[in-house]
Amino acid sequence: MIPTEHVIALSAALFTVGVIGALVRRNLIVILMSIELMLNAANLAFVGFNRMWPGTEGAPAVDGQIFVLIVITVAASEVAVGLGIFLSMFRNRDSVNVEEVNLLKW
Amino acid sequence: MGGIDEHLLTIITFFPLAVALGLMATSIIGSALGADGLPDSLWQAVALAGTTLTFLLSLYLYAAFDPLETGFQFTEHAPWIAQYGINYFIGIDGISLLLVVLTTFLMPIVLLAAWNDIKKSVKTYLFFMLALETGMLGAFVSLNLFQFYVFWEAMLIPMYFIIGIWGGARRIYAAMKFFLFTMVGSLLMLLALLVVYYLNFEQTGVLNFDYISAPGTAAVGLLDTVVSTDGVWWKSQTWLFFAFALAFAIKVPMFPLHTWLPDAHVEAPTSGSVVLAGVLLKMGTYGFLRFALPMFPVAAVAFTPWLMGLALVGIVYGSLVAMIQSDIKKLVAYSSVAHLGFVMLGMFALNVHGLNGSVLQMINHGLSTGALFLLVGMLYERRHTREISEFGGIAKPMPVFAALFGVVTMSSIGLPALNGFVGEFLILLGTFLVNPWAAVIATSGVVLAAAYMLWMYRRVMFGPVDNEENRGLMDLGMREKVVIVAMVLPIIWIGVYPNPLLRRIEPSVIELIRVVEARSGGADEDLASLTSSHSLSIAAPQGVSIRRSLQEQP
Amino acid sequence: MVNGVDSDLLHWIPLLPLAAAIYHGVMIGLVRRQTPQTVVAAVSCGAVILAFVVSFMALLDLLDQPETSRLLVDNVYTWIGAGIGTSAISAELAFRLDPLSAVMILVVTGVGSLIHIYSIGYMDDDHRDDKGFQRFFCYLNLFTFSMLVLVLADNLVLMFLGWEGVGLCSYLLIGFWYSDSFNAYCGSKAFIVNRIGDFGFLIGLFLLFGALVEAGHPAVSFSGIEQHFSSIVDRTLTLPAWLPFGTEWRLVNVIGLCFFVGACGKSAQLPLYVWLPDAMAGPTPVSALIHAATMVTAGVYMVCRMSFLYAAAPEASAVIAWTGGITALFAATIAVTQTDIKKVLAYSTVSQLGYMFLAAGCGGFSAAVFHLGTHAFFKALLFLGAGAVILAMHHEQDMEKMGGLWSRLHATRWVFLIGVLAIAGVPGLSGFFSKDEILVAAYASHVPGHDWLYGIGLLTAGITSFYMFRLFFRVFLGDCRAPVATRDHITDPGGFVVKPLWVLAFFSVVGGYFGLPQVWGDLIEMENSNSLANFLAPVLTSTEAHHLDHSTEYGMALAAVGLAAAGAALAWLLYVKRPGLPDRLAKQMSGIHRTLLNKYYIDEIYDAVFVRPLVAFSDRVLFRTVDAGLIDGVAVNGTANTIRSLAANGLKYVHSGLTQTYVFMMLVGAVAIVMYLLP
Repeated sequence: MIPTEHVIALSAALFTVGVIGALVRRNLIVILMSIELMLNAANLAFVGFNRMWPGTEGAPAVDGQIFVLIVITVAASEVAVGLGIFLSMFRNRDSVNVEEVNLLKW
Repeated sequence: MGGIDEHLLTIITFFPLAVALGLMATSIIGSALGADGLPDSLWQAVALAGTTLTFLLSLYLYAAFDPLETGFQFTEHAPWIAQYGINYFIGIDGISLLLVVLTTFLMPIVLLAAWNDIKKSVKTYLFFMLALETGMLGAFVSLNLFQFYVFWEAMLIPMYFIIGIWGGARRIYAAMKFFLFTMVGSLLMLLALLVVYYLNFEQTGVLNFDYISAPGTAAVGLLDTVVSTDGVWWKSQTWLFFAFALAFAIKVPMFPLHTWLPDAHVEAPTSGSVVLAGVLLKMGTYGFLRFALPMFPVAAVAFTPWLMGLALVGIVYGSLVAMIQSDIKKLVAYSSVAHLGFVMLGMFALNVHGLNGSVLQMINHGLSTGALFLLVGMLYERRHTREISEFGGIAKPMPVFAALFGVVTMSSIGLPALNGFVGEFLILLGTFLVNPWAAVIATSGVVLAAAYMLWMYRRVMFGPVDNEENRGLMDLGMREKVVIVAMVLPIIWIGVYPNPLLRRIEPSVIELIRVVEARSGGADEDLASLTSSHSLSIAAPQGVSIRRSLQEQP
Repeated sequence: MVNGVDSDLLHWIPLLPLAAAIYHGVMIGLVRRQTPQTVVAAVSCGAVILAFVVSFMALLDLLDQPETSRLLVDNVYTWIGAGIGTSAISAELAFRLDPLSAVMILVVTGVGSLIHIYSIGYMDDDHRDDKGFQRFFCYLNLFTFSMLVLVLADNLVLMFLGWEGVGLCSYLLIGFWYSDSFNAYCGSKAFIVNRIGDFGFLIGLFLLFGALVEAGHPAVSFSGIEQHFSSIVDRTLTLPAWLPFGTEWRLVNVIGLCFFVGACGKSAQLPLYVWLPDAMAGPTPVSALIHAATMVTAGVYMVCRMSFLYAAAPEASAVIAWTGGITALFAATIAVTQTDIKKVLAYSTVSQLGYMFLAAGCGGFSAAVFHLGTHAFFKALLFLGAGAVILAMHHEQDMEKMGGLWSRLHATRWVFLIGVLAIAGVPGLSGFFSKDEILVAAYASHVPGHDWLYGIGLLTAGITSFYMFRLFFRVFLGDCRAPVATRDHITDPGGFVVKPLWVLAFFSVVGGYFGLPQVWGDLIEMENSNSLANFLAPVLTSTEAHHLDHSTEYGMALAAVGLAAAGAALAWLLYVKRPGLPDRLAKQMSGIHRTLLNKYYIDEIYDAVFVRPLVAFSDRVLFRTVDAGLIDGVAVNGTANTIRSLAANGLKYVHSGLTQTYVFMMLVGAVAIVMYLLP
């Protein structure tokens, strides 16, 4: 069986990739994808950790997996909203560069 | 007691809100059905009828009140968020009785006075006014400190909107200032309140916000919580009193925390000013009387010289600054600072005369300053200015107005046979018995009051009618006459026969003094014994002795 | 507590005028329909005359009592009651009638009735646009009510009600013709100056009550205070060292002085007399009733009412005597130069009130009350006479424009002359006896410098005679200086105006015989001739005095008459025989003349020393600097501005608008929290 450490390491690696992507890329699509990466890293961690708690006979512990389902749902709605923002931004600005969208400041 | 009496206080408190919600429901249902809501005038009529009914109920309350009882009457207790000791707990003694009657009395008058004054979003306005009345009444009757705090903050909101929406040119600034000032104080008070709550929990192991121990519960009221005079600073009486006092002093307002008042008064619509001066300011003095003094008596006594000093500064300063104002409303606002200085002075004399006068003066100030604001509002409605220099010779076109204004002015000056004198006299007498020099300085305020009020009155009412615009002014109409005469009648009645009111105030005041003296006189060593001796209770046994001595009075 | 005989009569005396005032008020304010003048006059005068009748009945009841303890009490209800035990205050709405208040109510309702009747004629002639016949009578009735409460009050607090009430009515009546800013100004001035006096009254009341509380006998009623007075008479009061009066004072002296400050305000004594001359802006009947006969004597009445206190406070009494004496002389000198007929009478009133205080301060309380009564008659007569002259002259008050009226005013001239003779102290008339008694009291007293006081009184008597005859000669003799157009229309006013004058003139002549001093009584072999003094004796505390034998008293009377005659002769010389002389004299002594003409510049000095600095201080320092500058500017808006500028200049740049910056900060924050939580 794959040790939990490995799962966590993979999750951490994925998360780091996601963070760096969200921080340094300018393209909104890429940022959205990076966020998805982070969410999936979290999902992976959930599933991995869930394996450490088998639960009792007849009542297996599935909390982590349930969380994953919730996260996937949230991620899906988030993508829907994010793409909506992306579309209206592209229509108005002809660009998907987030640095150009900085009106909401002092 | 039975029937209506059992829930009389609740009915009085929440009736205005119920009227407001009912009116709002008709609007919502109406718009859901696609119909226009009820017309504005019907709203006004219903609101007026509702507040009048509240007043009549409070008159019944006044009649049913037993003046010889020292404890709280008409108490009602019901669990609300019981596990945290947050209960619905109300009751009144002589002090809150009068303030409740004053509040319910002023409301219909204010609504009647504002009949034509408020033109924009009348319904919203009425809703806020009715909600405000419930907020104020709730604060006066609350015997649970959490509940008190809720009402205390709740009445801020309608007032904020009343100033901010229906006010004058700088209304936003004034509303903001009013809100922020009050908020600063009340947040500190909330913190202090939580500390007392925590101390009470430490001492009894029960979470309880009730002010006194309620019937049928074993919990010890916050009043009987032992607050030490030294030790950790944030648990000491000094700091807790300071926090409470700050909140109340802002509301009073005491010098130097008064600057929100002139702005709020000048910008508020007439009805807002009347309620503000008449009732909201009394929240501060009432808070001192009800909570700050008996809960932290040692600190209160220690702070007495400071508070008396500030009250004196308020009296003299308010009078002097009022003297040079060019805006009538601002002049009246500064005179409020002086009058409330008298109230505070009498309170911290901490004897029967001073406190009696202080409570009576709260009522008096509500009546006379309220009436002054109403009169100024009537003048403003006609001329759309409040600058004294714009007027002159108004007595010629408006003789009835001038006469009624004269009566109210004299009441504000403290002319004997009108209400102001009785309060001021008792306050000065009480102050003199404990601190003659303070009374001497305060008495000079009486002279200054005559100077600034008469100066204003003369410049507005007398002299030739120089300004053409003043020549054709209409004298008071029937509605306005009713409003002002309704205010003037109690002004005269209290001046001529104040004793019924004094007799209702006195037992509560004596009880208050007893509590403060018992707890501050013995200081620390006695604090331990106080845990067991519950004071201020419902139908207190010590009331018997006072009852006897009151009856013996010739 | 009060051990007098109950009487239900007393409360009707003030109630009747009050009812009339309320009736007028309701008719004016709420009914708003013109009430016929006859109804107004009938109600007003009827109420006051009825009050006079009731007063007389009450007096008869009083005379039924044993001579030494004449007291009627009417307790209506408890007005202000507070406290229990030894600090309880209970101010009753109760009236007391003893010989002193009996004299006062008779004067108030008696002279009051006449002046009410006079006013019917006087106010009928009112052609101003701010006239108000009913309003005038409403105020007048209200005044009568307040004055009656003042004199009938059983306790100090109720007395204060009347005290302030008469002040209010004075304010209303001085500014009766309110369209003239000056009248309104004079009214306010009277009220505010009176308030300064009331300050003293209140402090005195508090001191007295406080001391009685400490002694365990709280009381505000006169009988209560007198009963327990012995328990506080020896107390001392320690004043702080920074006050320039020394530190140890006898309490009674301080109390006495405080009350006297109140009396100074109400009775127009130095330094608070400034309102009375200005009060002449009111209609003339008002000047007669309020500012000559009744209200201004309230201070004297109060001092006499508290005679037990002043008898125990020699230092305070000395201050009263000297203040009275100096005021008498001071006001008389001003009266010499005034040209407004009412102003002369006003300063004369101040001067005569000074006489009364001189007497009261010297322990001659009954002399003070005696002079109060006779002065009420002859000064009311003079004022009403002056009013008749003013009416005849078509509202001209300047004596420079009068003259030669003797041949024109047939009805007024004789009564006016009687008034002048009475005040000048012509033997046999009322003023002579009362003034004589005051001078005797001053001479015989133990007040420090009492012989000087006597001298001042004597000198004032001479000056009084001079300026009164000057007035008479200027108005009635010589050539008529009125404009030619009006000269032929100068006739006596109608019956309502003239008839009361005759009654007053009658009493100005015979009033002196109510209190005929014993020295004159012995001349006609009459025992106990001073019936007034005997009547008052039980309520007035007598003080020790030198004994004077009859020959001294005759000598003193002679001196007074001589000086009065000299004054009259001088006036005759200056204003009848050599009419050019006064102007030349004025030119020669222009400095003194100008000072007197401008009333010693007291008004200007008060304005410059007190009023202006206070207003400037309030405006510039308190309002602009402290209120708007420090509290609002620095503390309140300063805080707001500081926070705003902090945000505007620094903090806001944190909000860059760049999403990724926010993400980065979030990350830093998250990492920081995790680092902190990790062990």
